[in-house]
Amino acid sequence: MTNWSIILGIAKTHLLTKIKQTSIAALGVTFGIGCYITLVCFMTGLNTMLDDLILNQTPHVHIYNEIEPAKQQPVSLYDDLNNGFNVIHSIKPKLSQKKIHNAIPIIHYLENDDNVRGAVPQVKTQIFYIAGSIEIGGNLTGINAIDEAKYFNMGDYIIEGSAEALQNTDNGILLGIGIAKKMALKIGDRVQVSPINGGIFPLKIVGFYQSGIADLDAIQSFTNIKTVQRILGEAHNYITDINVKLFDIEKAVPLAKTIEQQFNLKAIDIKTANAQFETGTTIRNLITYAVSITLLIVAGFGIYNILNMLIYEKMNDIAILKATGFSGNDVQLIFMSQAMIIGFVGGVLGLLIGFGLASLIETIPFQTEALPTVETYPINMNPLYFVIGFLFAMLSTFFAGYLPSKKAKKIDPVKIIRGQ
Amino acid sequence: MSIVLEAKHINKFFKKPVKFHVLKDISFQIKKGEFASIMGKSGCGKSTLLYILSTMDTDYDGELYLNNELITGQDRTHLSHLRNKHIGFVFQFHYLLSEFSVLENVMLPAKKLTEKTNQEIENDAMQKLKILNIEHLAKKRASQVSGGEKQRVAIARALINNPSIIMGDEPTGNLDSYNAENVFNIFKQLSDEQGLSLLVVTHDKDFANKTDRIIQMRDGRIIG
Repeated sequence: MTNWSIILGIAKTHLLTKIKQTSIAALGVTFGIGCYITLVCFMTGLNTMLDDLILNQTPHVHIYNEIEPAKQQPVSLYDDLNNGFNVIHSIKPKLSQKKIHNAIPIIHYLENDDNVRGAVPQVKTQIFYIAGSIEIGGNLTGINAIDEAKYFNMGDYIIEGSAEALQNTDNGILLGIGIAKKMALKIGDRVQVSPINGGIFPLKIVGFYQSGIADLDAIQSFTNIKTVQRILGEAHNYITDINVKLFDIEKAVPLAKTIEQQFNLKAIDIKTANAQFETGTTIRNLITYAVSITLLIVAGFGIYNILNMLIYEKMNDIAILKATGFSGNDVQLIFMSQAMIIGFVGGVLGLLIGFGLASLIETIPFQTEALPTVETYPINMNPLYFVIGFLFAMLSTFFAGYLPSKKAKKIDPVKIIRGQ
Repeated sequence: MSIVLEAKHINKFFKKPVKFHVLKDISFQIKKGEFASIMGKSGCGKSTLLYILSTMDTDYDGELYLNNELITGQDRTHLSHLRNKHIGFVFQFHYLLSEFSVLENVMLPAKKLTEKTNQEIENDAMQKLKILNIEHLAKKRASQVSGGEKQRVAIARALINNPSIIMGDEPTGNLDSYNAENVFNIFKQLSDEQGLSLLVVTHDKDFANKTDRIIQMRDGRIIG
């Protein structure tokens, strides 16, 4: 029985003859949705950037040999003392090698796992940078530069030079920017490094590394695995760390457990390593949504108000429509469709405005020491936000229109007609 | 002659502010082609009766038949449909939708009924306007025509679905004598020429005297 063409026709006439009120109501929605889109794109963009800052360079599983006391002390092996109360003072860590035993077969094993995107070996060691008579303590990590760039975005943090240059240069070094500044070095210069057990090795600077964490940049440098092995006087199977990148970050926890059991090594997954970090992300998202929903609710009240007024003004019309054969449902549909039209137009405009503002923010320069690769403010234009924004516009106008239209449905025409 | 509208033992109470027996055991019939008027003093319940007969007021005791079909106790949506199809309304005040054109106002009930195409409805509407000599106003906004013209537009709207009966609540009450005369003549003509039934509540003795039948009411009863 519902005849949409006539209901929409009446709704359209009402909206167009009161174009001022209509636009104000629609602008309320537009403003709410526009702000929501801008805010959510900007906030999640920032969040993603902060996440990437940590996640990109952090391995999903980090495998190494932990220095720790033996779990079983010799006393527990001695049967005679089994029933005694044993107290051991000054337990020392077990003397174990830093290198991972059978590292290369383990890497092969991991790379054959379907969940693993890549497993890259590293050799970490402490060294001194030598500048004349001054020795500066630091870390030198031997890496496979191309793989690091591929799996851990190493390239984003090399501000001069490149991963390829490191890979291709024997005795090359990628120097932390902090050390380079301290020692006034530039690309092509030589820097002398000395491992703890003595000796001096000159290395050629092929690039600078900046992680964004100043303390780290003041000590950390990278070179080829082979170079480190030579400096330390170790064989080519001397590997201290294996970093694993997975396809699905959720698999990190079980994989770390398996590796620990299987190879008797320490394996730290990313969730354990960055637990407090995830809490931060959740809270930032929560704030984004709280603000957005507030904006949309305010817009919804605006629509409610205007429709309410419209219905008071249209009492006579409603009475006439009912007297000439329109049912309460028809009348309700007329006002509901007005609300939905306002929501639709306002919502679409809001999406456009949100898109425009977000695009504008994306062009604003944003340069910071901490983030060498970021040049403008980050924006995350996820189509999902636009869908949510639009649905919320329709939903909030639906509810804002529902109560007033329900009232219109219940208006008794006899009262209006006789009251005049 | 067939009976268009029949009321049987209708009683109505107003519950607020105090319980009040407005209509007391009202029974009467309107035959096809009859032009009847209801007269009575203010507060005698004649308008109340009209709104019960119009199906808009459903809060009463008794039985109401339209074209021999019992309509008491039907659900509201069905009543709306009956009103749309079988009853035309003319009120004391013009009651047009002021934002729509005259033509659209006349077409609206027919569009609701959806028994004809828009083109047919428009032709019908123009024809009704022609009968009432106001076809030149068709494209004007309802708010831009004079009081007498508005009432004629309202009559055209009442006629658009070729109803079984037209009801008027003091349709001439707000018009000067010239326009009142005019409206009466239109009603008379419709009754004579097209066999339309009319039931009009009025204060106007002259108007009532010219109708086929006068239903006199006093204190909620029909007295003649």
